[in-house]
Amino acid sequence: MITLENVSKSYTNDGMPALNNVSLHIDRGEFVFIVGDSGSGKSTMIKLLLRELTPTSGRIIVNNFDLSRLKRRKIPKYRRNIGVVFQDFRLLKDRNVYENVAFAQRVIEVPTRQIKKNVPAMLSLVGLPEKYRSKTKELSGGEQQRVALARALVNNPPILLADEPTGNLDPRNSWEIMKLLEEINRRGTTVVVVTHNREIVNAMRKRVITVKKGIIVSDEEKGEYIDED
Amino acid sequence: MKISTFVFTFKQGFKNIFRNKIFSLATIATIAACIFLFGLCYSVIENVRYSIQKAETNVAVTVFFDEGISEARIQEIGDAIRGRSEVASVQFVSAAEAWEAFKVDYLGEYADGYEGDNPLEGSENFEIYLNDVSKQQQLVSYLETVDGVREINHSDVTANILTQFNRLLSYVSLGIIGILLAVSLFLISNTVAMGIAVRREEIGIMKLIGATDFVVRSPFLIEGILLGVIGASIPLIAVYFIYNKIIVYAADQFAILNDILQFKTARDVFSVLIPVALVMGVGLGFFGSLITVRKHLRV
Repeated sequence: MITLENVSKSYTNDGMPALNNVSLHIDRGEFVFIVGDSGSGKSTMIKLLLRELTPTSGRIIVNNFDLSRLKRRKIPKYRRNIGVVFQDFRLLKDRNVYENVAFAQRVIEVPTRQIKKNVPAMLSLVGLPEKYRSKTKELSGGEQQRVALARALVNNPPILLADEPTGNLDPRNSWEIMKLLEEINRRGTTVVVVTHNREIVNAMRKRVITVKKGIIVSDEEKGEYIDED
Repeated sequence: MKISTFVFTFKQGFKNIFRNKIFSLATIATIAACIFLFGLCYSVIENVRYSIQKAETNVAVTVFFDEGISEARIQEIGDAIRGRSEVASVQFVSAAEAWEAFKVDYLGEYADGYEGDNPLEGSENFEIYLNDVSKQQQLVSYLETVDGVREINHSDVTANILTQFNRLLSYVSLGIIGILLAVSLFLISNTVAMGIAVRREEIGIMKLIGATDFVVRSPFLIEGILLGVIGASIPLIAVYFIYNKIIVYAADQFAILNDILQFKTARDVFSVLIPVALVMGVGLGFFGSLITVRKHLRV
């Protein structure tokens, strides 16, 4: 599903690479944590998977798309395979919950009749069916992240990337979001979560890939968060 | 593009205007200011040009004939002159009409002494009016070759002054319009820069969700076009009312100059100004939005 072969990424010609000769493989239906401290290369990895960046060297294959060879005009089609949520939610603040989720379907030209079915179903999945008319600024952090999740999943992507999804949430909301991600994974979606929330990683007993200074230092099934030092 | 997508795109473009009220108002104000200045400038230039054209049509070339020429030959010469492209109209003035006009213009009550005589016998002529005074010399050169023509009266000085003034006016109007366009682009680019911050996040989200460039661009372009139409319509209405007031005021206050000051009707001016201003407004709105969105498409 996701394969990185000897991937390196440098932002400058002479500086330290953000990722250095990284190789990994994630199978369909897996739940994977990518952990590491700030500046370890986690966000670079997410940006590479979203094709916001291209690797300096190496090869990335996601759901049969070779990202190194992907033409610019094919990027939108590729991104429809990936749902993505961020620490800062990235919702459209001037639109309500329904419009935010429907927006993801509108931009890929899903017919209105279909959108009217899909959006309420997705809001039910994330536990916000009654909030569809609320403006996003009226919602709590946890609720905003649920809306972001609904938007990421409404197009049925086979892969969900979550970049620090609990970074702005309190422990209770963090756990609720993680439970939702687990439920989504149970339904067949491959879930990749970038985080440095030790408590959650250690409690969930999933595959943990630890990145340090751009290098994968460990990759364990049912792993734990490894300290930097 | 699917119909539902088109409707969504149009609605989004329309809603964007209200979502970003300050940016929309700034854009409308910028476009309106540019079009207002352009409208005023165009109206003034068109009327000056119109007055010059009117003055040009009063410049005549007078052609006198050889003594004893037959009426048939005069008719032939008249027909040949009328057939020329630079000629607007040809008027035959008989010797009696020439004398009557002379008496009125120069003799007044002293004309009684000439009763029964016509000192201008043999001075029947054609008064030729041109549709382009700059071609006067071309016509004169032709007339000099016509058999039966004795003398040609024309004023090179008047024709040259009018021609040169017309040319100068063209340069000045081109210069003013050029400056206005440059100022417009400067103002629009600044206004567009204001909107960039508002747009950046939304464009980024659309791209990450998998929207094509076309789908990302369309609502912004429609928004730009709508802002352009609104921005152009407001000054057009303002200039229309101002123009009508000014020509009525000028006709009342400067009646003595009515022979010199010739105003075009609002209908004549606006039949050109409306489409040109709308195209300018739409163009400014469209390209302003296009530049903004292009800057942020590479996500």
